[in-house]
This record gives sequence, C-alpha cells and structure tokens, in this order.
Amino acid sequence: MSTNLVLLAILMFAVTYPSRALGLLAPGFDRLPRIAFDYLQLVGPAVLAALAAVSVMVVVGADDIPSFHVGIEWVAVFVCLAIVARRGNLLLGVLAAVAIVVIARAAGLAAIPV
Amino acid sequence: MPPNAPDGSPSPAPDGTLSPSSDDAALRASRRRLATDSIGIGISAVGFGFAFGLAARAAGFSPLEAMAMSVIAFAGSAQFAAVGYVASGLAWPAIILLTALLNARHLLYSAALSPWLREVPLARRAGMAHLLTDEAFALSISHFRRLGRADERGYWIGAIGSTFIPWNLATLAGVLLGARIPEPARFGIDVIFPAAMIGLAVGLVTGRRELVAAIVGAGIGVAVALAAGPAIGIVAGGILGPAVGLLVPRSMARETAPLGTPASAEHYAMPGTHVESPSDRRES
Repeated sequence: MSTNLVLLAILMFAVTYPSRALGLLAPGFDRLPRIAFDYLQLVGPAVLAALAAVSVMVVVGADDIPSFHVGIEWVAVFVCLAIVARRGNLLLGVLAAVAIVVIARAAGLAAIPV
Repeated sequence: MPPNAPDGSPSPAPDGTLSPSSDDAALRASRRRLATDSIGIGISAVGFGFAFGLAARAAGFSPLEAMAMSVIAFAGSAQFAAVGYVASGLAWPAIILLTALLNARHLLYSAALSPWLREVPLARRAGMAHLLTDEAFALSISHFRRLGRADERGYWIGAIGSTFIPWNLATLAGVLLGARIPEPARFGIDVIFPAAMIGLAVGLVTGRRELVAAIVGAGIGVAVALAAGPAIGIVAGGILGPAVGLLVPRSMARETAPLGTPASAEHYAMPGTHVESPSDRRES
C-alpha cells in the first residue's frame, strides 16, 4: 500500500494548522491589515472555481498537450452550480451532476473518459 | 472573569453580560439545538467524506493516504483540491502553497472565536484549533451567541460530532468501496470533484468581489492551463483571481457575509440557526 502521500497530508497540516491556531493562541492577530483579510476572503472562491473550470474544460492527451474540452461534464457542473446557488444544497447539486453524467453515458449521449 | 471549569462548563461572554450559573436551562436548550444542527451537518459530512474517499481512490490514493488526508489535514475543500492537484501532476511545493492559501480563511474564524475562548487553557485551545472547520465555526459561533457566552463542551460536541467523526468514517468507506468499482467513470465518479469544487465556490460567493474573483480565477485558470498545463493554470487562477477581485471598490462589493462573522456562519452552513443574543439586541 502506497504511503507517499501521507507526507503530503502532514505538510498540508503544517500549513493549515497555523491559520486555525493563530487567532486562538495569539490574541491580537486579528489586527492584520484589512487588505490582507480581504485578499484571503477571495482566495477560496478563486481557487475552487479555477479547479472546477480546469477539471471540466481542459484535458491532457497522450501527447501531454492540453486541449479545450467540451462535454456533458459542463452540463453536470452547471446544474450543480445552479442548484447550489438556488437551493444552497451542495449534496443535492453533486448528486444531480452525477446523475446527469451517468444517464448521458448510459444512453450513449456522452463518451466515457478513458 | 472566571476560567472555564475543567469539565468544559461555560465561561462568560467577552462582554460579560450573562451569569452562567443562572441559565442551565438555556444551556441545555442551546446544546439540544447544537446537537440537532450537528446531525444535519454530519449527514452532509458523510456524503462529502464518502465522495472524497471515492475521488481520492479514483486519483490513485491508497486507503492509508486518503485517511491521512482526512485525519491529519482535516480540511474538506483543500482535500478535494489536493486530489485534483495530485491527479494533474502539480508539484508538492505548489500544492502546499495553494493549500495554505485555500485554508487561510481559518485565520478569520480563529480570530472571531478568540474573544470567546480566551479563558480556555492553552493546550485545549491548541487541540480545538485542529478541529476548526467551516462547520465547527458555524456551529460554535451560533451556539455561543445564542447563549451569550462561550461553552467549551459545546465546541467539542459540534466540531467532533458534526464533522470529524462522520467525515473520517465516510472517507474510509468511500476509499474502500471505490477500490471495488471497476469502471468509475461509468458511475460518474469523475464529475464528483469538479461539481463539488464549483458548489463549494458558489457557497463562498457572498458579494461582488468574490464573484469577480471566482470568474476571473476560472478564466485565467483555463487560459493558462491550455498554454502551460493544468497545474500552472490552477495556481495562476487561484492567485490572480483574488487580486482582480480586490479591484472592485468596497462601496460596490455588496458583501453580505464577511468571513469570521455570525453572518458568514449563517451563510455557510446553518441558515436560520443564528439567534440574536441579548447583547446583539442592545447593540442594534
């Protein structure tokens, strides 16, 4: 069983724990410049949106060259986005996305990625 | 201001407005509410922990590696993101940098909880910090504000019962079951990751700045990914998106739920569960 990524988990802990602990263990930390807090507040949406977009819009072929991809995954992810925006239910959104992809692939309307 | 008792019984609020000895009934009622809310969040954590286990397995994580992520890193969206980073071949230093950025919002949570928990012994605060997630923050800040004071035991109940235990058990189930699925794409498992990412991103959009940061981050991410590879695209989008978002003037931002405030607690996990404390009413 591979254990290489256990070290990655430890390193992720090492950079996450200070964020969680600084405010609790070092009172006064909330006196950072306002712009730093503003930037931090925007990091989450930007990183997560970039991850989602790159995941569904960019594929890397066997030749290791990235290319633009259009597929049923766009529809699935958009439906998830709409459900979360309207209903605030992430679990429902993900289940809907999975259902769309499963049905489309089972019906032969979308290719199964290799 | 007296410290918390060793059993975790409540200490007064930062503003010292309430007498903790006089409202045991309120404490019990608020803890019941906390437990009920924790069950709802726990169910969600089970769903996403399971999805994380499946996604991690599909990306080649072993059960031990997936569990290490959930127990040690214990950071839901960053864990999902790490699956994507690893699958896209991103170098570890970049993964660490992005994880730090993605989880930096916890600074705001810990800063917001600090006034409530400053009487808790340092060692226990250090332990509490590891369990400080979006959900734990949302549950505890709402609980404290209902009570008008801190309740250490309530924090542990919310953090461990709603998230840590269900998330880890579900991760284990997902990663073990994922290994038994011969053709994961047929079951749509490959779309769990981007769907979860976009859903989490939507949940973080509480104003125009976040919206701009998300759209620009996605656009830059895709453009740079096509030119230089997915890994670099994700980094570029994650770093430049917020910078562009900051260009939206504060007067036009329409921020509805700044992180680290009760409004964000309501927004992120528990709509309708925040009840005004007497001190809130006085302030308003």
